[in-house]
Amino acid sequence: MEEYKKAILEYVIKEYMEDDEDEEITYDTELISGGIVDSFSMVSLKRFLENKYDIQIPDADASPEAFDSVEKIAALVDRFKQA
Amino acid sequence: MSNTPTYEEAIKGFDWAQVEEELGYRKGDPINIGWYCTDRICEMGLGDKPALIWEGFKGDQRTYTFDEMRILTDTFAAWLRDLGVEPGERVCLFMDRLPELYFGVLAVLKMGCIAQPLFSAFGEDSLWTRLDNAGTSVVITQRKHVKKVRKIVDRLPGLKHVIVVDADGKPLKEREVALALHDLPPAEDFVVHPTTAESPSILHYTSGTTGQPKGAQHVHYSLISQYITAKWVLDLRPDDVYWCNADPGWVTGTSYGIIGPWANGITQAVLDSGFNADKWYDFIARNRITVWYSAPTAIRLLMKEGAELVAKHDLSALRHLCSVGEPLNAEAVIWSEEAFGKPFHDTFWQTETGCMVITNFPGMQVKPGSMGRPFPGITAAVLDPVEFTPVEKQGQVGVIALRPDWPSLIRTYWNNEEGFKGKFKNGWFVCGDQATIDADGYFWFVGRDDDVINTGGHLVGPFEIESALLGHPAVAESAAVAKPDPVNMEVVKAFVSLKPGFEPSADLDLEIMNFIRKKLSPLAMPQEIEFVEDLPKTRSGKIIRRVLRAKEFGEPVGDISTIMND
Repeated sequence: MEEYKKAILEYVIKEYMEDDEDEEITYDTELISGGIVDSFSMVSLKRFLENKYDIQIPDADASPEAFDSVEKIAALVDRFKQA
Repeated sequence: MSNTPTYEEAIKGFDWAQVEEELGYRKGDPINIGWYCTDRICEMGLGDKPALIWEGFKGDQRTYTFDEMRILTDTFAAWLRDLGVEPGERVCLFMDRLPELYFGVLAVLKMGCIAQPLFSAFGEDSLWTRLDNAGTSVVITQRKHVKKVRKIVDRLPGLKHVIVVDADGKPLKEREVALALHDLPPAEDFVVHPTTAESPSILHYTSGTTGQPKGAQHVHYSLISQYITAKWVLDLRPDDVYWCNADPGWVTGTSYGIIGPWANGITQAVLDSGFNADKWYDFIARNRITVWYSAPTAIRLLMKEGAELVAKHDLSALRHLCSVGEPLNAEAVIWSEEAFGKPFHDTFWQTETGCMVITNFPGMQVKPGSMGRPFPGITAAVLDPVEFTPVEKQGQVGVIALRPDWPSLIRTYWNNEEGFKGKFKNGWFVCGDQATIDADGYFWFVGRDDDVINTGGHLVGPFEIESALLGHPAVAESAAVAKPDPVNMEVVKAFVSLKPGFEPSADLDLEIMNFIRKKLSPLAMPQEIEFVEDLPKTRSGKIIRRVLRAKEFGEPVGDISTIMND
């Protein structure tokens, strides 16, 4: 899990935040409700997870709630990796 | 008590002059939307009434009365004036839903400038296109978004000031100015600019099939339509707490997230947060929201979360629900009746119309899936797409068109009068949507009449996406089309042929998606990319998008042998 969280956080910072963003984000930062990732951008984040971890996340599981923090996303990845 | 007459009563003898009279406006007098939304409400004795209940996504809350809003908007306007900003200049508001966004729009209008609100998720290319086209001289933004402005500022010689509303002592760059609105001494001497009916007010950019987005130029007189449609269709009453979850970067967020409700003296609640069903219901429950104007995409996302979640919150204050953006499917209307005990009332209008034009009027029978009937004072028809005369047979598909005689129709496209004239056929303003009309006069959406992609209620132009795609080093050619989507109605799909030396791969697919998301916006990002060897073209080499679109929708392509290249 820790490994997933680290990689996902790194990706979110790289892809969804500006270079010199002064706001720090953590594993618990609200990504969707906080406006860092919107419901459209979730599609590219989902694609990243599927490519990197060789999993398929059904649309029904890719809800804004499930993508609302790095912690929750990592749990989702873990669930599909173990499936 | 409802302020809304029945539909039959409302259409009988309706005259826009009655609305002017209700607002105390006489032809030739000054009319300023900023004044009508603040000073006039205070003069009516409602200065102590809450105008804005604002909540940030972290739970911070602020409430402003109409009198506080009047003073803050005057103070904001006076500060801009003292900075050297002159009436008529285009002032862009590029920020999240902070109170400064709402007050900024009204302040800009009060000083006689043209407000240009832009969706804060726009990337640097989308931003540059719109600022360059409008000749914008001031951008008002926040720290979170100023970095995107910094990337393009050197290519905008006419941009004089970049105002940062939350600089909070952080270092700023050349042309940037900090504004701490709440710390400024209140302006006591500000005089609202005497704009008149035809003075430009708001510039909203909207996409078409060809070319870059066009700046739809609204005028202060649009208030007449926005006031009465908000009052009647949203059924606004003095004690209401109203929530419009649209962003003011789009027309719904200004016509009905600023002008309509505040011109009626209504308390608005604003939540500066992305989508989260639980948070949204909690927001409605805590603020005892009575009227909610939402969008089909949001409603379908709520449907996915289930009616059980609704039942966990006390939403008993909700009295009236409306929707706009793209057609509201019958399933969503039926679900809302089950989940909330009342249906969402669909409304149809566009950036160019400025106000709702076809609506499910309160009290009217809601036919799930229909956009309703024309608002009083609006003459709407379905036209034959060749002759541009009203279709003769009931149920016959044609294009929605309106007689151009209501107050809030835009006056032109900024720097593009020819494009605006092209919207008129045979004396009708043609909307670009296809529909049918049933025996009761209800309009039913069929589809778009062009290549514009309606995703999540926002129109995205294929040309802008294709132009941006060419900026990616791997892309040789591309076509962007709509693909059906269960939540967003349509999403962007791109067909891409690659330059020699590049091979299709999952990583390249994701790289191109992110490239467009950052350059343009998340809305414009292709949610699917299909790598192809060739694209269908006419003999003159023009890409035929409709062939690709038809395949996505499972529709017949038709005979294209006469136009297609071999």
